[in-house]
Amino acid sequence: MTGTILWTILILSGLGLVLAVVLFFIAKKFKVEEDPRIDEIEKTLPGANCGGCGFAGCRAFASSAVAAPDLEKHFCPVGGNAVMQQVAAILGFELQEKAPQVAVLRCNGSCEARPRVNVYDGLASCRVKASLYAGDTLCAYGCLGCGDCEAACAFGALKINPDTLLPEIDEEKCTACGACVKACPRTLLELRNKGPRGMREFVACRNRDKGPVAKKACANACIGCGMCFRTCTHGAIVFENNVSYIDFSKCKLCRECEAMCPTGAIHGVGFPKPLDKDAVKERIRKRKEAANA
Amino acid sequence: MRKITFPIGGVHPHDSKFAAERPIEVLPLPAVVYVSMAQHLGAPAKPIVAVGDSVKTGQVIAEPGGFISAFVHAPASGTVKSIAPRKDLAGNSVMHIEIAVEGDEWMEGIDLSDTLVTAIPDDPSAIIEKVKACGVVGLGGATFPTHVKLAPPPGKKAECLILNGTECEPYLTSDYRIMLERPKEILIGAALMQKALGGCRCVVGIEENKPEAVKVMRAAIAELGLADIEVAVLRKKYPQGGEKQLIAAVMRREVRSGALPIDAGAVVQNVGTSLAVYEAVQKNKPLITNVLTVTGAMLPAEKQHNYLYRIGTPLSFIIEQAGGVPEGAAKLVSGGPMMGKAIANVDATTVKGSSSVLYLDAPSTVRKEASACIRCGRCADACPMGLEPFLLNRLCKAGDLEALEANAVQDCIECGCCIYSCPANIPLLDRFRIAKGQVIGAIRARAAAQKQ
Amino acid sequence: MEKLLISPSPHIRSGASTQKIMRDVLIALAPAEIVSVLVYGWSELMLLAVGVAACVFFEWAITKWMLKKPSTVADLSAAVTGLLLVMNLPSSTPWWIAVIGALFAIGVAKMSFGGLGQNLFNPAIAARVFLLISFPQQMTDWTATPGFIHATDAISGATLLGVYAEGGMDALVAAGYPDNHRLFFDIGGSAGEISAGLLLLGFIYLLCRKVVKPWIPLSIIGSVALISGIFHLCNPAVYTGPAFNIMTGGLLLGAFFMATDYVTSPMSVWGGVIYGIGIGLIVMMIRYFGSYPEGMSFAILIMNCAVPLLNRAFHARKYGRA
Repeated sequence: MTGTILWTILILSGLGLVLAVVLFFIAKKFKVEEDPRIDEIEKTLPGANCGGCGFAGCRAFASSAVAAPDLEKHFCPVGGNAVMQQVAAILGFELQEKAPQVAVLRCNGSCEARPRVNVYDGLASCRVKASLYAGDTLCAYGCLGCGDCEAACAFGALKINPDTLLPEIDEEKCTACGACVKACPRTLLELRNKGPRGMREFVACRNRDKGPVAKKACANACIGCGMCFRTCTHGAIVFENNVSYIDFSKCKLCRECEAMCPTGAIHGVGFPKPLDKDAVKERIRKRKEAANA
Repeated sequence: MRKITFPIGGVHPHDSKFAAERPIEVLPLPAVVYVSMAQHLGAPAKPIVAVGDSVKTGQVIAEPGGFISAFVHAPASGTVKSIAPRKDLAGNSVMHIEIAVEGDEWMEGIDLSDTLVTAIPDDPSAIIEKVKACGVVGLGGATFPTHVKLAPPPGKKAECLILNGTECEPYLTSDYRIMLERPKEILIGAALMQKALGGCRCVVGIEENKPEAVKVMRAAIAELGLADIEVAVLRKKYPQGGEKQLIAAVMRREVRSGALPIDAGAVVQNVGTSLAVYEAVQKNKPLITNVLTVTGAMLPAEKQHNYLYRIGTPLSFIIEQAGGVPEGAAKLVSGGPMMGKAIANVDATTVKGSSSVLYLDAPSTVRKEASACIRCGRCADACPMGLEPFLLNRLCKAGDLEALEANAVQDCIECGCCIYSCPANIPLLDRFRIAKGQVIGAIRARAAAQKQ
Repeated sequence: MEKLLISPSPHIRSGASTQKIMRDVLIALAPAEIVSVLVYGWSELMLLAVGVAACVFFEWAITKWMLKKPSTVADLSAAVTGLLLVMNLPSSTPWWIAVIGALFAIGVAKMSFGGLGQNLFNPAIAARVFLLISFPQQMTDWTATPGFIHATDAISGATLLGVYAEGGMDALVAAGYPDNHRLFFDIGGSAGEISAGLLLLGFIYLLCRKVVKPWIPLSIIGSVALISGIFHLCNPAVYTGPAFNIMTGGLLLGAFFMATDYVTSPMSVWGGVIYGIGIGLIVMMIRYFGSYPEGMSFAILIMNCAVPLLNRAFHARKYGRA
């Protein structure tokens, strides 16, 4: 009896010892030398693995960042400048601060404005729908409403509003990772600078059809009249293919274009006061008169 | 009668050839025709007329926009009203030439008589040139420019020209009708293509559900004394008319994944294309007409039609001529019910490949809600490419492009057999189309990177 | 005109549905179960009602209250599981054991894996094995309950396979081997085993309806016949013969209706053949050398584990990739 116990203990201990030695040598031999800064950086990152930075995940970002000559190509949109400051400190780089961004939807074709003319009966996916046809409205450029962006958002910042069938963006939650931009087959979502105190101006339409066609499809469409382009005194508006686009790096937030837009396709967000269209129009008229005189 | 078929998969949808016994009628000319610049595979054609020009029937109005592209001709005489984007049947904007029809004055040199011209020109390149000049494209659905197919790349030789008269899609009867009514023209067209390809045998593949067409075509072959053309009777099984399936059935040979039919020594042409080749080469008549079936299960026999229409006639005009959209039609399809396109815009125009206006009622076409996959394997049994849709579906959901490529999603021919057979109503093919595009894109990107 | 309907192609479907498939399985199983009810009487009828109702109830309850998803009982798969479970129990089983079996089949073997299509093991078999281990006495009490019709040679006590496992060939011969098993009314064993002929009939129905393919049952029966044939020829005094092995111990019920379960069997033909041979091999090993009298349930469960591997290893032939 004692013998059995003794033997058991001896054999197991011996076995344990041998395996420990083997493991020790294997661990030595196959040890991967890794830059310790990778772990440090990874700890500072948000850890969402959203891929918004263009890398497969936070660790991929970190291991690429330690090897990079500068931080030009490395920016974590989720962590923003605060996190990047820490990363730059670890790596000993100077950080070029980036303006915080947010996703905006460049379509305002709500159900009310953009009547449904047929019934889609395929897989509920914008990609599938977009590859099949122009969509269930007469607008071949607008939101398809199947929620590919909502599915792509890792932060729950996008929700399709069942009344308008358009996604709504929760600014608090949006990290500007860009997943929705990639998911939208019509590239309706765009990352734009949040703007001073969250104020920004953008054209919420991408319809490139001629005015009457666009108007017929959607009451809120940009009809390519060019009014905003002619009004803007800052050269911030790009007008081509029957649709306008506001360059946020040049926009001075004067809201003149918004006041002049006949269809309401230009949206101003985050302004403290609602837009007094008549006052702005009056201002423009007076300025023009002065210029003519 | 020996019946042949393709070896893997396939389904047996109901025939529904309601318009089979209805002879081809000539559709009247509409007041306006809209000629699309993108009615063939490849680069869109470039208009060469200006607004205000008057054109004659058969006049060239647009030229090829690239190597794989085709000439486009005026389907009727009249004045060019506009050259502008217009919505196609999917609602997308495509450049169209609008012609206000004023009579029907044809270009000189086009033979409009019924006389059969049997003499085959000696020069293969002259045939190909003529086919190109007349804007002939494949009428079996893909609308691939025919002259490109008739001139195989150097080092490749066609051993067999397969004439596709299977018409395996339910409902469609236009190919059947032309085989019954114009067999000799079709066969001379085949002989012309044989000549253009430098001489090869020719097999006309016809499904067993069209015994009349088999009889008529065989009689015509005997009458014309065409020794190197034969008719093969194929089993009724969808997609018997798929290019790869037809080659496997007729030649007992498979086209390697990623390769072209010509790599297997095969050239497949639709019977309608053959007729267009005949008219182009022997009659100098460009491709401005085609036959289209107007059909639906809810239509009475006298409202089923096979129309000879001018390409560019608006669908709404055809629908009106055929008596309007019938009660109970929930979906309009251009093409067959398995691979055709749902019509979102009835004001769209017909193009060279338009083969039908098909009315489907709600019970037969509305999709049911998808339930869990029960792994019954019916999709895999049905897939004519031997793929495993149940597996691909899972991989699509996971977005695993590498595994999708390893499991050959890029080989999918989009025949629809998987969705057709799925008891759980899973939208398999909807996902595969997207994945297929992504995988093919990745393969091309890799090939391009390798070249560099 | 109403708004047009738009979808990607194809625009028509075959009309197949999960519900229709399950209904076909129920129809195929019905004749054997009806005979079983006739022969075993009220107690079998009660078991049938309780077993099927419990399975359907548990599926409904779990989807409604635990998963908060739309109910899936309409696809009839729970009813099929219930029926198969009952057919795998002796007619004398107390009703509450059937309820426990139903709870295990639906709750553990099916829903905890994610419901229909996700389960690794056949729910009915998993439940039967669970019950066999938990309630060995009740699950091997083969006393024939009084039936609606008089069955001539009702035997009670152990099944022939049980006799063989206990006492070997001598005991089996004493019990009447090899002449006392018959095609249509063979008493002794689980309720569903009563009529090999009617099970075969049901299976032929499924084949005609193209619900199942014959490869799996054929390879099970073929391998059982081959293995027992070889052993029997080598030593008939110790090893039972092919006909006996095929006709007893739920082998046909298992081969026709449980090994062919879509979810838990391989997708490809060759995968199916290997799976079937594996089942045949394990059954015969258990019967000849194991301590359990039969072994079909264990064989199927063990081979269920191999299905993901077989699905990886064997694929259908692809066009143009020879």
